[in-house]
Amino acid sequence: MKKQYPKPKLVPVPSTNIIPERDIGQSPVLECRHLGIDFGGLSAVKDFNMAIGRTEIAGLIGPNGAGKTTVFNLLTKVYQPTRGTILLDGMDTHSMTTAQVSRAGIARTFQNIRLFDKLTVEENVKVGLHNQTPYSAWSGVLRLPSYWKQERAAHESAMELLSIFDMQDMADYKAGSLPYGAQRRLEIVRALATNPSLLLLDEPAAGMNPSETAELMDNIVKIRDTFQIAIMLIEHDMNLVMGICEGICVLNFGRIIAKGTPEEIQANPAVIEAYLGKRKEEK
Amino acid sequence: MRSYIKNMKTAAKVDYATYLGVILAFVVVSACQSAGLLSRSVTGMLVPICCYVCMAVSLNLTVGILGELSLGHAGFMSVGAFSGIITAMSLQSAIPNDLARMVLALVVGAFFAAIVGFIVGIPVLRLRGDYLAIVTLAFGEIIRDIINCLLVGWDENGLHIALNIDGTKSIASLGLSENGVEIIKGAQGASGNTRIATFTMGFVLVMITLIVVLNLVRSRTGRAVMAIRDNRIAAESVGINVTKYKLIAFVTSASLAGAAGALFGLNYSSVSAAQFDFNQSILVLVYVVLGGLGNIWGSIVATVVLYVLPEALREFNDLRMLVYAIVLILVMLITNNPTLRSLLETAGKKFRRGKSREGGVQG
Repeated sequence: MKKQYPKPKLVPVPSTNIIPERDIGQSPVLECRHLGIDFGGLSAVKDFNMAIGRTEIAGLIGPNGAGKTTVFNLLTKVYQPTRGTILLDGMDTHSMTTAQVSRAGIARTFQNIRLFDKLTVEENVKVGLHNQTPYSAWSGVLRLPSYWKQERAAHESAMELLSIFDMQDMADYKAGSLPYGAQRRLEIVRALATNPSLLLLDEPAAGMNPSETAELMDNIVKIRDTFQIAIMLIEHDMNLVMGICEGICVLNFGRIIAKGTPEEIQANPAVIEAYLGKRKEEK
Repeated sequence: MRSYIKNMKTAAKVDYATYLGVILAFVVVSACQSAGLLSRSVTGMLVPICCYVCMAVSLNLTVGILGELSLGHAGFMSVGAFSGIITAMSLQSAIPNDLARMVLALVVGAFFAAIVGFIVGIPVLRLRGDYLAIVTLAFGEIIRDIINCLLVGWDENGLHIALNIDGTKSIASLGLSENGVEIIKGAQGASGNTRIATFTMGFVLVMITLIVVLNLVRSRTGRAVMAIRDNRIAAESVGINVTKYKLIAFVTSASLAGAAGALFGLNYSSVSAAQFDFNQSILVLVYVVLGGLGNIWGSIVATVVLYVLPEALREFNDLRMLVYAIVLILVMLITNNPTLRSLLETAGKKFRRGKSREGGVQG
């Protein structure tokens, strides 16, 4: 039997974007206004407007080359936007670098897995905890009490985070030697370790079989519920997107062609056209 | 105690084994030395070996841990050597105690090398791969050329420094008073130095280098540096300031090389800038690569073996460097042979399993 996840009603916020009704009391965690980027003469993303509620699971879908990953790269400042504003917690991220945006609360995973292959699983998570273990290089070299205290705390929180995906047993393996699915999960754990308010997942279910995907869906919802964070995901697996996303945004050729709840998106003719093309007789 | 060792991570065990190995080697060698078992040629090699171990370990921080190929490590050694010599020579009357002067010289050498490392590091670390290698190579040559025309003397009025750029100046143009000391005489380098370096100091420096590098690697700083090496984009995405951590690793590496250089300079009565050339950088790089990138104890073993080897091969006379080259090639072939590697690995696993079973029975 297909599992049903509870879905809230979507309501508009002042900027005409929509967020789940339960998050309406708080400002959106992320708001993009007229975001755009040009590569030479090509506008990869045009006039991208979107808001994400505090605890929303949002989906970003679209055909290949629509500009979905480019949006993620804009949000994390891998690319500097040519136009538009990104408001994270109401704060303009205009002059921030990738590292600063991460510290401000956006964590991400990558479409092509980017782990620290030669470090162990635990060390990978500890790198994610980097900014929560603020002892200086000196106390690290001299092994001052702050080193021991914070390292112990880091070890404990790393193990706790790994336990989300039952990966404690793998803590001492090299990240590069893990099987594919475990690498994807480790990337999510590492992103969570940075203590984000918004988690960006770039094709988290890529290469997973249906049962693994179902497990991943449960875990994404579980992560949202335990950490009370917003999650935005790019995914081609429509079962996953329609199953857990509350607000969905459809991109085609860098432009938003539809926004709304899964039901609205499924019924939207523009979306169907983007994915399947027009019928001949309708031309 | 046994359960404490059991609970340690493998990495920590390797670290402690490295410390233990170095201490044991020092104890054995100094016992042999005091028993008069070592010939003069061997005792003459002890301090340089310590220097090169420090050089190799510190270069491993840049090449193995940070993952950037630096070909100018001898430049930092040179900066450390000459600033160390200047310190030791000019303070000869002020601090008569050799040990205190040597320690001070090492600190000054490390300090100046760190400053140079910082200045060089800011532009250089924006580059990647081959470009970084080329620029560090150029830096090594520039340092050598600058020191080649450097004139330094000391008298009761303080330090006199001049740059002999147009080739017209000599040490006389510094205008030293009668009891002044000529410290660096341009291309001739520094000669007539008092040799105050000792094997014990070398051992202490090796231990300090090891503690700094190993503790740094096992701390959040080292993890950040290795994260940048493995995947820069991912490291940025978890909030690591890439430039800062690259610079920390590079400057630490430079300052340790500076301290090693100071010790090296104080071990000879004459040192010239030409000694710290490109070949010197490559020599240290060979130690690091052969010992294994990122493998600290490997660097130590490779340095000792490869430093002693050419001396041990003296009986081959003209064929000496040929045999040295053949040994290098063989080591590389053997350590990269997959069959041999898997054989070693299974042997290691069996050994470990046997040991843990033994421990289980006893515990």
